[in-house]
Amino acid sequence: MSAPEQKSASGPLASILALPNDSPKKTIFMALAVCLSCSVVVASAAVGLRPIQIANQEADRIRNIVEVAGVQRPGQTVIEAFQSVETLMIRLADGTESDAHDPSGFSIEAASKDPSMSRALPRPQDPANIKRLPDFMPVYKVRSDDGQIQTLILPVHGAGLWSTLYGFLALEGDLRTIQGLKFYQHAETPGLGGEVDNPNWRSLWQGKVAFNEAGEPVIELIKGTVDANTPNAEHRIDGLAGATLTARGVENLINFWLGESGYGPFLARLRNERG
Amino acid sequence: MASATKELVSKPIADNNPIILQVLGICSALAVTTKMSTALTMAIALTAVLCASNVLISLIRNHIPSSIRIIIQITIIASLVILVDQLLKAFAFGLSKELSVFVGLIITNCIVLGRAEAFALKNPPLPSFWDGLGNGLGYSVILLVVGFIRELFGSGSLFGVQILTLAKDGGWYVPNGMLLLPPSAFFIIGLIIWGVRAWKPAQVEKPDFKIQTAQQSEVS
Repeated sequence: MSAPEQKSASGPLASILALPNDSPKKTIFMALAVCLSCSVVVASAAVGLRPIQIANQEADRIRNIVEVAGVQRPGQTVIEAFQSVETLMIRLADGTESDAHDPSGFSIEAASKDPSMSRALPRPQDPANIKRLPDFMPVYKVRSDDGQIQTLILPVHGAGLWSTLYGFLALEGDLRTIQGLKFYQHAETPGLGGEVDNPNWRSLWQGKVAFNEAGEPVIELIKGTVDANTPNAEHRIDGLAGATLTARGVENLINFWLGESGYGPFLARLRNERG
Repeated sequence: MASATKELVSKPIADNNPIILQVLGICSALAVTTKMSTALTMAIALTAVLCASNVLISLIRNHIPSSIRIIIQITIIASLVILVDQLLKAFAFGLSKELSVFVGLIITNCIVLGRAEAFALKNPPLPSFWDGLGNGLGYSVILLVVGFIRELFGSGSLFGVQILTLAKDGGWYVPNGMLLLPPSAFFIIGLIIWGVRAWKPAQVEKPDFKIQTAQQSEVS
């Protein structure tokens, strides 16, 4: 084998390249050189494209809120539709409104990792397996013309099979009935757990009642189709065939976020306000 | 040279297709072909990675120590795949979400490493580029054909544009839901292999063994 692209031998680089390919020195040199140049390419792509990717994610998040809230009228852009959505920051522990953080730039993912913005959850209190619970969460309200809450949109997340699922749960004005559920970020198996994105499955959530008479979240994902005549059918949703663990994760995360550690205090406060 | 180039590009499309003859890269062919848009993006992404990896590996082929050559090839391929994934996330966010893990899985797509091992290690950069392009196109053709059939008959649309009005929207076409499930891609690829082998009998493998006709036993 000839090496036509080799330059005339001079300098330390050329002397290494001139070594036989299988000498230990050249092997280590080639391994280092390839790794170094590859990491430079990968790192610069990741860093350089980061701002565009973040802007995309933010736009995608807004699009998902608008979609799950169902506030986009024909001919309206997503940004225009988002104007009718009111964003507020709440403290999860007591459900009070807070201005500790700016909701527009708030990242649930980053807050969950930051010890100053979240607290660790012991395993028995963490059915959604999120490990750390942010102290504050953004929530979104859509008001009807008479000022009452028409839709309340709550960000939820929790572990599925492979990944953490991030999504929005929309409750109707009675704060009990589910209007919709949409996950905007996950890495579940396409075609199995990934079917959480399937519009047909998502439409099953509409009209389900998230709480029982005692106000406890009782959503249940069951095997097979839900027969409307069975007791508790209003709390049950068809689990995803072939994706038992993802479905269990979805069930756990919904019940966790609607429960006492999640939005429970906030929802209780809203109900009291209404009287 | 011109005819050799032409052969490098055209041969993998029908005569030596990576999917239907070498049966490589089947996993992604099943997963991303429910829609033309994802199939096309995947085809472009794989072709780009394959061309670039073939050229880069060919450029340093004389200096790759044979003891670590697979690791070097995989490192280069993986870097290129991450690059493509990052670019998709920045400039085609919706598509990159739909393709999800499958862009990352180009790393394990046997076609890429296969061509690097079989061709780029032994040939100069330009022929390696043509070889990468040819194999990428061979993969793309099958992906697009399968995607075409699955999207048209499974959802009645092409590139998301409704072609056949669905029965549930008041039209006449009742979509075949099975085509949206992964097994249908197996059936379609199987049928394509059958068709191509009927057209080009040279691709039919010789049987590994012949079934002997049963001998009549002497003691009955």
